[in-house]
Formats: sequence, structure tokens, C-alpha cells
Amino acid sequence: MIRTAMLVAAKDLRIEQRSRVLLWQVVPFGVMALLLCGLALGPVRAGHSNAAPGLFYVVVVLVALLMINRSQGVESTPGTRASVATLGLDPAGVFLGKSLALAVELWLAGAVLVAGSVLVLHTALHGTLVALPSIVVDLGALSAAGTLYGALTSGGAGPATLLPVLSLPAFAPLLIAGERSFSAALYGGALWQWWVVSLVALVAYLALGILLYGVLEES
Amino acid sequence: MSNVEAPLAVLHGAVALVNGFPLLSGVDLEVAPATLTVLFGANGAGKTSLLRLLGGLIALSGGEASVLGVDLARGDRRLLRRRVGWLGHEGSFYDDLTVAENLTFAARALERPMPDLDVVLARMGLESRRDTTTKQLSAGQRRRLGLAWLVLRRPELWLLDEPYASLDDEGRTFFDELLGEVVARGATVLVSAHDPLRSPTLRPRTLLMAGGRVVEERS
Repeated sequence: MIRTAMLVAAKDLRIEQRSRVLLWQVVPFGVMALLLCGLALGPVRAGHSNAAPGLFYVVVVLVALLMINRSQGVESTPGTRASVATLGLDPAGVFLGKSLALAVELWLAGAVLVAGSVLVLHTALHGTLVALPSIVVDLGALSAAGTLYGALTSGGAGPATLLPVLSLPAFAPLLIAGERSFSAALYGGALWQWWVVSLVALVAYLALGILLYGVLEES
Repeated sequence: MSNVEAPLAVLHGAVALVNGFPLLSGVDLEVAPATLTVLFGANGAGKTSLLRLLGGLIALSGGEASVLGVDLARGDRRLLRRRVGWLGHEGSFYDDLTVAENLTFAARALERPMPDLDVVLARMGLESRRDTTTKQLSAGQRRRLGLAWLVLRRPELWLLDEPYASLDDEGRTFFDELLGEVVARGATVLVSAHDPLRSPTLRPRTLLMAGGRVVEERS
């Protein structure tokens, strides 16, 4: 399973390195979204508003959705699906590999967005740095949830139904825990409790993915 | 009856449904090992679906089917897929990986060494395209890449969906020679095509499909 995971992750990262979708499309989109959020708050209020952590995580989810779509897109042509299926890869390994590659991409995009948060949303530098470990865990959990979400919504009749929209609340625990821990790092509060929630969510999404990814692929 | 003489695939009233729509509506078929069979018929006749069923790529919804000793109703289709080679009429590889990267990924997935990579690429006329991304290849070159993979992999059952599409005369001749060699070496090949094969060298078994069934055998 681990060997398959490393193989799939290396393949996905090589595809990203070559296509540069993250660099030229996703990150600029995220920066523009953050900039628009800053403009919506107004230059005076941005530094004093406690909406910044929430806005940061909304932008992170939007960026993640683009990357999830891309991650599933490279597998979605019928010919590729069929020929990869004949490789008989362990579905749990494929899930872990795609999650790992997505996590690496999200961490790279997250680094830019964190800097953007300080510059555009005027979050305090010290508080933002304190929030970094929880952001790293949240993005890891988001990548696991996102890979599962991608498999759920890309196969069969999924894209033509309301399934993608109805499945979005699966991200809610991560959004809430991320926003709460970022707020706690900036303004004081129960930082560790929310970090634990993110860690539990990470483990839960990984367990669900390992168990269900093969079933979703077959369906 | 010895294993050598036993049919490689046996289907009785095989039905395949996708989203309630019958792709195959009662196929009766026996395929002997080390033979070449051509399935021909109009669009929507069920040729591709039958190949997919034989490769374990779609589920058996009714009837009985056994391929390479794997019961498609109850067995593990993933085990069957590892013994099958698929060449689709769509792209079968990752567009942003090079020819060599695609083949290396597939070989590593199957835990196969590939000492013959350069020899096979030269034989397929792809030696100068070794480091070219797949999306830069012409349709005919993509088809040759798919063949290169099958030659390297040497599966027991070759399932080729409209392999002659996008091939020029030279490519068709080359393909005919290759199929002859493959069958002579003991592999079983099923090919789908719109028309019966007009090869001067191959003498395949030819089956006409219509309405999701095999309706006629022509010699």
C-alpha cells in the first residue's frame, strides 16, 4: 500500500510539475480571492476585523476544490481509467498517494496564502505563525477529505447531479476547526482543542478513504 | 479436458447494465486460448462493452461469465485486470508524462522490470519520442505507445478497442504482423472494429455484434 502510495504521489507531483496548473492558475486565483476579500473588508477595517481567519479558510477551500478537480481530472478520461485499472493498483494506496500529492500542493499554495493573509488581510505576523501547525494539519485533512470527495463526485453520474454540492458540507468540520484555531492564535482562546479536532478529522478522513476509495472507484 | 484446451473465456447470457441501460443483453461466447477474434458491428452494437466485460472493467449484471478462470459474478475482478492488456481508442496514458515516464509508471505499478524499453520503443518507431510528453504525440503515435506498453507487459489476454483507427497503411501492416506474433506466442487477442479485418496475413475468427449480442459468426 505504501509503495503504491509513493508511486501515485510521485506521478501526480510530476504531472503538476510539468503542467504548472498550481503555479499559473490555482495560486493566482487564491491570491486574487484574498485580495478581493481584503478589498471587501476595506483598507481601514481589514486590520481590525476578526473575519480574516474565516475568509482565509474560505479561500483555502476554493483553492482546494480547484486542485481536487485537477487531481481527479488527470485520471478521468475513459482510456486512462481503463488502462490504469488493468494495473490492479491497491485502491487504498491510490487514495493515500493522491492525498499525499494533493497535500504537498495544498501546503505550497497555503504558504503563499498565509503570506497573502498577512499582507492583504493584515493578520498579525506572530499570531499567523502560531497558527501555522494547525493550518498544516488542516490542509492535510482537507487533502484526504478532498481526494475522497473527488472520487465520490467524479465517477458515474456524479458530476451531472447535485452530489458535488450536497457533499460539500463534508469540509465543514475542517473549516470550523481551522477558523477557530486561527482565530485563537490571533486573538487568544482555545487553540489546542481545535487543533485536536483537526487531527481527529485527519485520521477519520484517512480511515474512510482507505476503506471506501476502492468501492467508489468501482462504482 | 486439460487447461490448454479449456476455453479462456466462457459467457452464457451475459448481461451488463450501466445506470440501468443494457450495454450487453445476453452474450453467448467461448474464446479459445491463443486465438485472434475480431468483433465487428455498427456503433452501439456492444463491441467495446464486451471487451470491457472480458477485461473486468465493467460488472456482470446477469448471466454467467468466466475469464482466465475468474468468475465475473463472484470473483475478484482486480485480479483478472492485472492479467489483461487494454488498448482503448481514446488516450490510454497521462498526457503530461513523457512516453518513458508513462511506461515506467505502469511497469512499477505491476512490479515488472523493463530491460527492453529502448528496444521496444525502437520497434514501435517511438525511440525519438522517448522524452516527449504524450499530449504532443499524434493519434497514431499514441496508438503505438499503447502497443509498446502491451508488448512490454505481455498480458495473457489482449483487448484492443478499434486499434486500427488513426493508423496509416504502414501502421496497419505493422499491427497485423504484431498480432500474428502475439497469437503465435500463445496470447489471446480480441479486437473490435467497424468492419471485418481485411488483413492478407491474419485469419481471425470474426463475430458480428448487434443490439448487445453476438448475432453471427463469419469465417
